[in-house]
Amino acid sequence: MVWNSASDFFAMGGYGLYVWGSYGVTAAWMLLEPLLAARRHGAALQAVADMEDEQG
Amino acid sequence: MKKLPRLFTFAAPKTFYRLATVTGPWLYAIAAAFAIWGLYVGFFVAPTDATQGDSYRIIFIHVPAAWMSMVLYMAMAGWAAFGWAANARLASMMARAIAPTGAAFTFLALWTGAFWGKPTWGAWWVWDARLTSELILLFLYLGFMALVEAIDDVRRADHAGALLAIVGAVNVPIIYFSVRWWNTLHQGSSISMTAAPKMAHTMLLSMLLMTVAFWAYAFAVVFMRARAVVLEREIGADWVQALAAKK
Repeated sequence: MVWNSASDFFAMGGYGLYVWGSYGVTAAWMLLEPLLAARRHGAALQAVADMEDEQG
Repeated sequence: MKKLPRLFTFAAPKTFYRLATVTGPWLYAIAAAFAIWGLYVGFFVAPTDATQGDSYRIIFIHVPAAWMSMVLYMAMAGWAAFGWAANARLASMMARAIAPTGAAFTFLALWTGAFWGKPTWGAWWVWDARLTSELILLFLYLGFMALVEAIDDVRRADHAGALLAIVGAVNVPIIYFSVRWWNTLHQGSSISMTAAPKMAHTMLLSMLLMTVAFWAYAFAVVFMRARAVVLEREIGADWVQALAAKK
Protein backbone atom coordinates (compact mmCIF):
# COMPACT_ATOMS: atom_id res chain seq x y z
CA MET A 1 0.00 0.00 0.00
CA VAL A 2 1.30 3.41 -0.97
CA TRP A 3 -0.53 5.42 1.72
CA ASN A 4 -0.57 5.06 5.51
CA SER A 5 -3.74 7.05 6.12
CA ALA A 6 -6.43 9.13 4.44
CA SER A 7 -4.69 12.39 5.32
CA ASP A 8 -1.49 10.95 3.91
CA PHE A 9 -3.38 10.27 0.70
CA PHE A 10 -4.85 13.77 0.48
CA ALA A 11 -1.51 15.38 1.24
CA MET A 12 0.04 13.65 -1.80
CA GLY A 13 3.50 13.90 -0.29
CA GLY A 14 3.18 17.69 -0.08
CA TYR A 15 1.91 18.05 -3.65
CA GLY A 16 -1.80 17.97 -2.75
CA LEU A 17 -2.56 21.40 -4.22
CA TYR A 18 -1.03 20.48 -7.56
CA VAL A 19 -2.40 16.96 -7.86
CA TRP A 20 -5.94 17.80 -6.66
CA GLY A 21 -5.92 21.10 -8.55
CA SER A 22 -5.32 19.12 -11.73
CA TYR A 23 -7.74 16.29 -11.02
CA GLY A 24 -10.46 18.54 -9.62
CA VAL A 25 -10.73 20.76 -12.66
CA THR A 26 -10.52 17.80 -15.04
CA ALA A 27 -13.22 15.87 -13.17
CA ALA A 28 -15.47 18.91 -12.90
CA TRP A 29 -15.25 19.54 -16.63
CA MET A 30 -15.81 15.89 -17.53
CA LEU A 31 -18.97 15.83 -15.44
CA LEU A 32 -20.22 19.18 -16.75
CA GLU A 33 -19.60 18.69 -20.47
CA PRO A 34 -21.89 15.64 -20.90
CA LEU A 35 -24.66 17.61 -19.14
CA LEU A 36 -24.16 20.57 -21.48
CA ALA A 37 -24.19 18.29 -24.53
CA ALA A 38 -27.32 16.51 -23.31
CA ARG A 39 -29.01 19.84 -22.65
CA ARG A 40 -28.19 21.04 -26.15
CA HIS A 41 -29.68 17.84 -27.55
CA GLY A 42 -32.80 18.31 -25.42
CA ALA A 43 -33.18 21.88 -26.64
CA ALA A 44 -32.84 20.73 -30.25
CA LEU A 45 -35.54 18.08 -29.73
CA GLN A 46 -37.76 20.72 -28.17
CA ALA A 47 -37.23 23.03 -31.15
CA VAL A 48 -38.34 20.26 -33.48
CA ALA A 49 -41.45 19.62 -31.38
CA ASP A 50 -42.30 23.34 -31.23
CA MET A 51 -41.99 23.61 -34.98
CA GLU A 52 -44.42 20.75 -35.37
CA ASP A 53 -46.94 22.38 -33.04
CA GLU A 54 -46.83 25.57 -35.06
CA GLN A 55 -47.54 23.66 -38.21
CA GLY A 56 -50.40 21.90 -36.44
CA MET B 1 -21.90 -1.95 -57.62
CA LYS B 2 -24.98 -2.90 -55.71
CA LYS B 3 -23.08 -3.08 -52.42
CA LEU B 4 -21.61 0.39 -52.70
CA PRO B 5 -24.38 2.35 -50.97
CA ARG B 6 -23.97 0.25 -47.82
CA LEU B 7 -20.55 1.75 -47.30
CA PHE B 8 -22.15 5.12 -46.92
CA THR B 9 -24.99 4.01 -44.71
CA PHE B 10 -23.63 5.81 -41.67
CA ALA B 11 -22.99 8.91 -43.75
CA ALA B 12 -26.73 9.54 -43.65
CA PRO B 13 -27.53 11.82 -40.70
CA LYS B 14 -30.56 9.67 -39.85
CA THR B 15 -28.57 6.44 -39.55
CA PHE B 16 -25.76 8.14 -37.68
CA TYR B 17 -28.25 9.63 -35.25
CA ARG B 18 -29.55 6.15 -34.40
CA LEU B 19 -26.04 4.74 -34.06
CA ALA B 20 -25.04 7.57 -31.72
CA THR B 21 -28.21 7.13 -29.65
CA VAL B 22 -27.53 3.44 -29.10
CA THR B 23 -23.78 3.62 -28.46
CA GLY B 24 -23.74 6.75 -26.27
CA PRO B 25 -24.61 5.17 -22.88
CA TRP B 26 -22.19 2.27 -23.51
CA LEU B 27 -19.37 4.65 -24.30
CA TYR B 28 -19.99 6.57 -21.07
CA ALA B 29 -20.01 3.27 -19.17
CA ILE B 30 -16.71 2.20 -20.75
CA ALA B 31 -15.20 5.60 -19.95
CA ALA B 32 -16.30 5.40 -16.30
CA ALA B 33 -15.10 1.80 -15.86
CA PHE B 34 -11.66 2.47 -17.33
CA ALA B 35 -11.31 5.73 -15.38
CA ILE B 36 -12.03 3.92 -12.09
CA TRP B 37 -9.57 1.16 -12.97
CA GLY B 38 -6.95 3.63 -14.16
CA LEU B 39 -7.27 5.86 -11.09
CA TYR B 40 -7.09 2.84 -8.79
CA VAL B 41 -3.84 1.71 -10.40
CA GLY B 42 -2.54 5.28 -10.57
CA PHE B 43 -3.18 6.18 -6.94
CA PHE B 44 -3.07 2.89 -5.06
CA VAL B 45 -0.73 0.62 -6.99
CA ALA B 46 1.80 2.84 -8.75
CA PRO B 47 4.62 3.83 -6.36
CA THR B 48 5.81 7.33 -5.51
CA ASP B 49 8.32 8.59 -8.06
CA ALA B 50 11.91 8.72 -6.83
CA THR B 51 12.67 12.17 -8.26
CA GLN B 52 9.29 13.93 -8.58
CA GLY B 53 7.52 12.55 -5.52
CA ASP B 54 3.75 12.29 -5.87
CA SER B 55 3.42 15.30 -8.19
CA TYR B 56 4.12 12.96 -11.10
CA ARG B 57 0.64 11.43 -10.63
CA ILE B 58 -0.67 14.33 -12.72
CA ILE B 59 0.75 12.44 -15.71
CA PHE B 60 -2.20 10.02 -15.65
CA ILE B 61 -4.50 12.77 -16.91
CA HIS B 62 -2.01 15.21 -18.41
CA VAL B 63 -0.64 12.95 -21.12
CA PRO B 64 -4.00 11.45 -22.19
CA ALA B 65 -5.52 14.96 -22.34
CA ALA B 66 -2.63 16.19 -24.47
CA TRP B 67 -2.93 13.18 -26.78
CA MET B 68 -6.67 13.72 -27.15
CA SER B 69 -6.13 17.41 -27.91
CA MET B 70 -3.99 16.45 -30.92
CA VAL B 71 -6.01 13.40 -32.05
CA LEU B 72 -9.27 15.33 -31.91
CA TYR B 73 -7.78 18.19 -33.88
CA MET B 74 -6.74 15.80 -36.65
CA ALA B 75 -10.19 14.20 -36.58
CA MET B 76 -11.85 17.61 -36.72
CA ALA B 77 -9.66 18.80 -39.59
CA GLY B 78 -10.14 15.49 -41.42
CA TRP B 79 -13.94 15.57 -41.16
CA ALA B 80 -14.03 19.26 -42.07
CA ALA B 81 -11.86 18.66 -45.14
CA PHE B 82 -13.90 15.63 -46.19
CA GLY B 83 -17.13 17.52 -45.68
CA TRP B 84 -15.86 20.27 -47.94
CA ALA B 85 -14.25 18.08 -50.62
CA ALA B 86 -17.04 15.48 -50.86
CA ASN B 87 -19.87 17.87 -50.02
CA ALA B 88 -20.81 15.57 -47.14
CA ARG B 89 -23.03 17.34 -44.61
CA LEU B 90 -22.58 14.86 -41.80
CA ALA B 91 -18.78 15.11 -41.98
CA SER B 92 -18.98 18.87 -41.49
CA MET B 93 -21.38 18.37 -38.59
CA MET B 94 -18.91 15.96 -36.98
CA ALA B 95 -16.17 18.57 -37.24
CA ARG B 96 -18.37 21.05 -35.39
CA ALA B 97 -19.30 18.48 -32.77
CA ILE B 98 -15.64 17.62 -32.10
CA ALA B 99 -14.34 21.20 -31.72
CA PRO B 100 -15.58 22.02 -28.18
CA THR B 101 -14.34 18.71 -26.77
CA GLY B 102 -10.98 19.15 -28.48
CA ALA B 103 -10.70 22.67 -27.09
CA ALA B 104 -11.57 21.34 -23.63
CA PHE B 105 -8.87 18.67 -23.71
CA THR B 106 -6.37 21.27 -24.92
CA PHE B 107 -7.28 23.50 -22.01
CA LEU B 108 -7.01 20.56 -19.58
CA ALA B 109 -3.59 19.61 -20.99
CA LEU B 110 -2.41 23.19 -20.40
CA TRP B 111 -4.07 23.41 -16.98
CA THR B 112 -2.70 20.13 -15.63
CA GLY B 113 0.63 21.02 -17.22
CA ALA B 114 0.73 24.28 -15.30
CA PHE B 115 -0.07 22.44 -12.05
CA TRP B 116 2.74 20.02 -12.79
CA GLY B 117 5.17 22.67 -13.99
CA LYS B 118 4.92 24.74 -10.81
CA PRO B 119 6.30 22.08 -8.43
CA THR B 120 8.80 20.60 -10.91
CA TRP B 121 10.09 23.68 -12.79
CA GLY B 122 9.11 26.39 -10.33
CA ALA B 123 6.89 28.15 -12.89
CA TRP B 124 3.22 27.81 -13.88
CA TRP B 125 4.05 28.82 -17.40
CA VAL B 126 7.12 29.22 -19.62
CA TRP B 127 7.25 30.23 -23.29
CA ASP B 128 8.71 26.90 -24.25
CA ALA B 129 8.07 25.39 -27.71
CA ARG B 130 5.83 22.59 -26.42
CA LEU B 131 3.68 24.84 -24.27
CA THR B 132 3.45 27.63 -26.81
CA SER B 133 2.43 25.33 -29.68
CA GLU B 134 -0.20 23.69 -27.45
CA LEU B 135 -1.55 27.16 -26.60
CA ILE B 136 -1.75 27.90 -30.35
CA LEU B 137 -3.78 24.68 -30.69
CA LEU B 138 -6.30 26.07 -28.20
CA PHE B 139 -6.56 29.28 -30.24
CA LEU B 140 -7.07 27.23 -33.43
CA TYR B 141 -9.99 25.36 -31.85
CA LEU B 142 -11.51 28.59 -30.55
CA GLY B 143 -10.94 30.26 -33.92
CA PHE B 144 -12.68 27.40 -35.73
CA MET B 145 -15.67 27.56 -33.38
CA ALA B 146 -15.95 31.35 -33.64
CA LEU B 147 -15.61 31.32 -37.42
CA VAL B 148 -18.30 28.71 -38.12
CA GLU B 149 -20.68 30.43 -35.71
CA ALA B 150 -20.06 33.84 -37.29
CA ILE B 151 -21.20 32.89 -40.79
CA ASP B 152 -24.96 32.49 -41.22
CA ASP B 153 -24.93 30.31 -44.33
CA VAL B 154 -24.14 26.92 -42.75
CA ARG B 155 -22.40 25.34 -45.73
CA ARG B 156 -20.29 28.44 -46.35
CA ALA B 157 -19.44 28.43 -42.67
CA ASP B 158 -18.44 24.75 -42.96
CA HIS B 159 -16.12 25.57 -45.87
CA ALA B 160 -14.49 28.50 -44.12
CA GLY B 161 -14.03 26.39 -41.00
CA ALA B 162 -12.52 23.58 -43.04
CA LEU B 163 -9.95 25.93 -44.55
CA LEU B 164 -8.91 27.18 -41.12
CA ALA B 165 -8.79 23.64 -39.69
CA ILE B 166 -6.64 22.34 -42.56
CA VAL B 167 -4.16 25.22 -42.40
CA GLY B 168 -3.97 24.84 -38.62
CA ALA B 169 -3.26 21.10 -38.88
CA VAL B 170 0.40 21.93 -39.54
CA ASN B 171 0.62 22.85 -35.86
CA VAL B 172 -0.05 19.29 -34.67
CA PRO B 173 3.24 17.74 -35.81
CA ILE B 174 4.97 20.86 -34.49
CA ILE B 175 3.53 20.16 -31.02
CA TYR B 176 4.45 16.50 -31.21
CA PHE B 177 8.04 16.98 -32.35
CA SER B 178 8.68 20.23 -30.46
CA VAL B 179 10.46 18.42 -27.65
CA ARG B 180 12.90 16.96 -30.20
CA TRP B 181 13.34 19.92 -32.53
CA TRP B 182 13.96 22.51 -29.85
CA ASN B 183 15.69 22.58 -26.54
CA THR B 184 12.62 22.62 -24.33
CA LEU B 185 12.06 22.69 -20.62
CA HIS B 186 9.26 20.20 -21.22
CA GLN B 187 10.45 16.63 -20.88
CA GLY B 188 10.69 14.31 -23.87
CA SER B 189 8.12 11.73 -24.93
CA SER B 190 7.01 9.33 -22.20
CA ILE B 191 6.37 6.65 -24.77
CA SER B 192 8.32 5.95 -27.90
CA MET B 193 7.75 3.42 -30.65
CA THR B 194 11.43 2.59 -30.76
CA ALA B 195 12.50 2.46 -27.13
CA ALA B 196 11.39 0.81 -23.92
CA PRO B 197 9.09 2.96 -21.75
CA LYS B 198 10.96 5.20 -19.34
CA MET B 199 8.64 4.48 -16.44
CA ALA B 200 7.47 1.72 -14.14
CA HIS B 201 4.93 -0.74 -15.52
CA THR B 202 2.18 0.26 -13.14
CA MET B 203 2.64 3.94 -14.01
CA LEU B 204 2.43 3.11 -17.70
CA LEU B 205 -0.61 0.89 -17.15
CA SER B 206 -2.50 3.64 -15.35
CA MET B 207 -1.70 6.14 -18.10
CA LEU B 208 -2.91 3.75 -20.81
CA LEU B 209 -6.11 2.92 -18.91
CA MET B 210 -6.84 6.63 -18.55
CA THR B 211 -6.16 7.05 -22.25
CA VAL B 212 -8.82 4.44 -23.07
CA ALA B 213 -11.20 6.21 -20.67
CA PHE B 214 -10.57 9.58 -22.34
CA TRP B 215 -11.09 8.09 -25.81
CA ALA B 216 -14.42 6.54 -24.81
CA TYR B 217 -15.44 9.78 -23.09
CA ALA B 218 -14.56 11.82 -26.17
CA PHE B 219 -16.58 9.52 -28.44
CA ALA B 220 -19.55 9.61 -26.06
CA VAL B 221 -19.70 13.37 -25.63
CA VAL B 222 -18.95 14.11 -29.29
CA PHE B 223 -21.73 11.71 -30.34
CA MET B 224 -24.17 13.41 -27.99
CA ARG B 225 -23.24 16.85 -29.33
CA ALA B 226 -23.38 15.55 -32.90
CA ARG B 227 -26.94 14.36 -32.28
CA ALA B 228 -27.85 17.90 -31.25
CA VAL B 229 -26.11 19.38 -34.31
CA VAL B 230 -27.89 16.92 -36.63
CA LEU B 231 -31.29 17.89 -35.20
CA GLU B 232 -30.50 21.60 -35.36
CA ARG B 233 -29.48 21.42 -38.99
CA GLU B 234 -31.88 18.78 -40.30
CA ILE B 235 -34.91 20.22 -38.53
CA GLY B 236 -36.94 20.31 -41.74
CA ALA B 237 -36.32 16.65 -42.62
CA ASP B 238 -39.19 14.18 -42.40
CA TRP B 239 -37.37 11.75 -40.13
CA VAL B 240 -36.59 14.53 -37.64
CA GLN B 241 -40.25 15.53 -37.57
CA ALA B 242 -41.22 11.89 -37.08
CA LEU B 243 -38.76 11.65 -34.20
CA ALA B 244 -40.44 14.49 -32.35
CA ALA B 245 -43.89 13.08 -33.07
CA LYS B 246 -42.90 9.79 -31.44
CA LYS B 247 -41.98 11.54 -28.22
